Amino acid sequence: MEFFKYTRTFNFMGKSKLAMILSIVLVLSSFALLATKGLNYGVDFAGGTIVQVKYTTDAPIDDMREKLKGNKIFEDATITEFGSAEEVVIRMKTTTGNVTVDIGDVTRESLKDTGEFEVRRVDIVGPKVGSELKEKGIMSLILAIVGILIYVAFRFEWRFAVASIIALVHDVSIALGAIVLVGLEVNLDVLAALLTILGYSLNDTIIVFDRIRESVVKTRESELSEIIDDSITKTLARTTLTSLTTLFVVFTLFMFGGEIIHAFAFTLLVGIVIGTYSSIFVASPILLLFGFDVKKYHIKLAEKAKREAEKERMRSQFESGVM
Amino acid sequence: MKLNYRVVIFALSIIFGLFFSAPSLFQMQDGKKITLGLDLQGGLHMLLGVKTEEAVKSRIKSIAASIKHFSERKDILIDSLHFDENEITFTLLDKDDAKTVQTFLHEIEGAVVVVVDEKISLSLTNEEIAETEKQAISQAIETIRNRLDQFGLTEPVVARQGEEKILVQLAGIKSADEEQRARELISRAAKLELMAVDEDRAARVHTMSESDAAAYGDVILEDAANPEIKHLVHEIPILDGGMLTDAHVGFDQNNRPLINFSLNAEGAEIFGDFTGKNVGKRLAVVLDGKVYSAPVINERIGGGSGQISGSYSVMEAKDLAIALRSGSLLAPIYLMEKRSVGPSLGADSIKASMIALIGGFILVIVFMIAYYRVAGIIANIALIANLFIILAVMSLFGATLTLPGMAGIVLTVGMAVDANVIISERIRELIHEGVSTHRAIEEGYSNAMRAILDANITTLIAAVVLYAYGTGAIKGFAITISIGILASMITAILGTHGIYQMLEKRIQKSKNNLLWFGIKG
Repeated sequence: MEFFKYTRTFNFMGKSKLAMILSIVLVLSSFALLATKGLNYGVDFAGGTIVQVKYTTDAPIDDMREKLKGNKIFEDATITEFGSAEEVVIRMKTTTGNVTVDIGDVTRESLKDTGEFEVRRVDIVGPKVGSELKEKGIMSLILAIVGILIYVAFRFEWRFAVASIIALVHDVSIALGAIVLVGLEVNLDVLAALLTILGYSLNDTIIVFDRIRESVVKTRESELSEIIDDSITKTLARTTLTSLTTLFVVFTLFMFGGEIIHAFAFTLLVGIVIGTYSSIFVASPILLLFGFDVKKYHIKLAEKAKREAEKERMRSQFESGVM
Repeated sequence: MKLNYRVVIFALSIIFGLFFSAPSLFQMQDGKKITLGLDLQGGLHMLLGVKTEEAVKSRIKSIAASIKHFSERKDILIDSLHFDENEITFTLLDKDDAKTVQTFLHEIEGAVVVVVDEKISLSLTNEEIAETEKQAISQAIETIRNRLDQFGLTEPVVARQGEEKILVQLAGIKSADEEQRARELISRAAKLELMAVDEDRAARVHTMSESDAAAYGDVILEDAANPEIKHLVHEIPILDGGMLTDAHVGFDQNNRPLINFSLNAEGAEIFGDFTGKNVGKRLAVVLDGKVYSAPVINERIGGGSGQISGSYSVMEAKDLAIALRSGSLLAPIYLMEKRSVGPSLGADSIKASMIALIGGFILVIVFMIAYYRVAGIIANIALIANLFIILAVMSLFGATLTLPGMAGIVLTVGMAVDANVIISERIRELIHEGVSTHRAIEEGYSNAMRAILDANITTLIAAVVLYAYGTGAIKGFAITISIGILASMITAILGTHGIYQMLEKRIQKSKNNLLWFGIKG
């Protein structure tokens, strides 16, 4: 089976202006969403309490609200369905520091006349722990980006590094925008998903960049946009196939993974689509924008090759005992 | 077909994968197994903080008690002995004793003694306070670990996290009652104090306020059995639990449980002295600020053993004895984070992620075969081998598999085919250019290698950062991703290359590119 034939080169760079506009619009609206509506931090980061309750029949939410209203602990509690009609989560902004008093027990006691149920999960995250987790999360995002920046600059060239970072920021911003848009709760697993997107989107970009680097070395063509078009076309099959296989898996996670993995899978789903798009339409045009010069790169490479050859010659002389 | 080193390494890694993942997969008795995270098997995860300032307070209190005891034994008269958060003050009635007292005080570690005329004050240095706080945390860890070890759960985790937090993880908690019991055992201060009842004023206890009591150097304590009953006792205890050596459950003549405890030599001596001098007075047995009993002293009690009677069940008495035996908490602990997962939720999570894993896996396998034919089959072999190697490495290191870790495996499956897609596409490209299959394979691999390495290393960087900065569940995710990437280097790059080389003669002979690579040409 072959979806992709290499008979002609697609004119990606011709569409880059259009893509640029689309990307800017998407990123800006994500920023606007983040600024206005803001991220909805879950208990992991904001601190608070979650109690997950599963009934044997449909959860009597109204009845539960009525019963919980009487207890001061549940003053600001919200009750929402979780995955199915039998299962609900009760969320509170407050936490308790007392080790012996358990909110799970209190819930069990308060709801005891509402039907047959089981308290399946109690998460309590103190405000101090929450803000610490948030700091660590942001720190890990920044550190990952810096590490990647250094590696790519070292392996390729600084423009490639900058371009891949811009593409990364682009992807993460849009994914965050999508999270705000659907009102997803940001928890540790969503953070893990964002970091995975980072790795994934970078993967895609690096594969394309690697091909560009290879083409620059191989061809006498000095028009960068054509080299880019050619390289993207040649990696298109791989980009789409890998995205497809990964999408298969993430999509099954999204569909059958259950509510607990839902936010994680959703974030990945968005990230994979955006990451694929950005490695084609965002990362490479930035190389053009920053004025990557093929001829200069050729010269640089030639010098590097000369140095290597010189070293090699000296080494072989040394080894054969000439020196 | 000829064997080559690549195939040999690949075969060895498959054997390694099968061998070490078998104990986990088939739940065998022997061999190292993957531990399931609390989110998958159910259990209790707690992050505890320690109120270290309380440790300093109780240190001061016990120094005050020892000063009092010292002065009584040496018949030194002292007056208005007071203490607050970090200072003890008292007045000497006889100047001649100053030297003896000062020698004694200077022996107390980390204390600063200031003498102004007859007034003596003692406080702790900042280093000593810091040291006391540090010790309170390590002692709390030790104590909690001891208590949990006797609780009967398999492998409880008690570890320091950061500077001042304690991580407690209990797997296999089955019911809410059991959890409650564990939490109570952990958080119980188990601070035993023997305190003298202020017989002169005890009758007036119900009309006294706390500040009235403080003026006499007394405190009002509740009775453990009935909070209505109050006891007036001297604030400075005769003894505290630090001198306790053993505690176990016994029964009284009515067959009600009680706790027998014994004291060390020093404690026994103090206890003997005190009871000898105070026959006819009452001695309050105080546990965690509540009076359990206040028997009248009939005679001098030597030998250093005593009893705590009270109305509790055998189970409660047992837990109490465990708590006392394991030492008291120098400072109270409080909850910073708690996550408890019921076993049924864990089982549901495993089921859901298994469905996702198997579903996604089958889709990928079918797709690869349909698209690449034999090349796809080869890629799939690498994929399956990859999965076994991840499980094997995780089993070997006793790594914990969490829900995000499961997701990590699922994702690795999706991404592990990437290397093979890149390689296969390169081979196809070269075949389209008209080169021989032999050259197409060799060049395909060498061309693809750089891109695959760069891509994997960058992902690995992200995973390492995740591991370094993440907590619990996130760490699990980073581990599976990292192992997955490293394993795919062996399986997807080395292993498949070896298989191609082994099949090379056949591929060349057949010239059927549709069968081998899924293309015409």
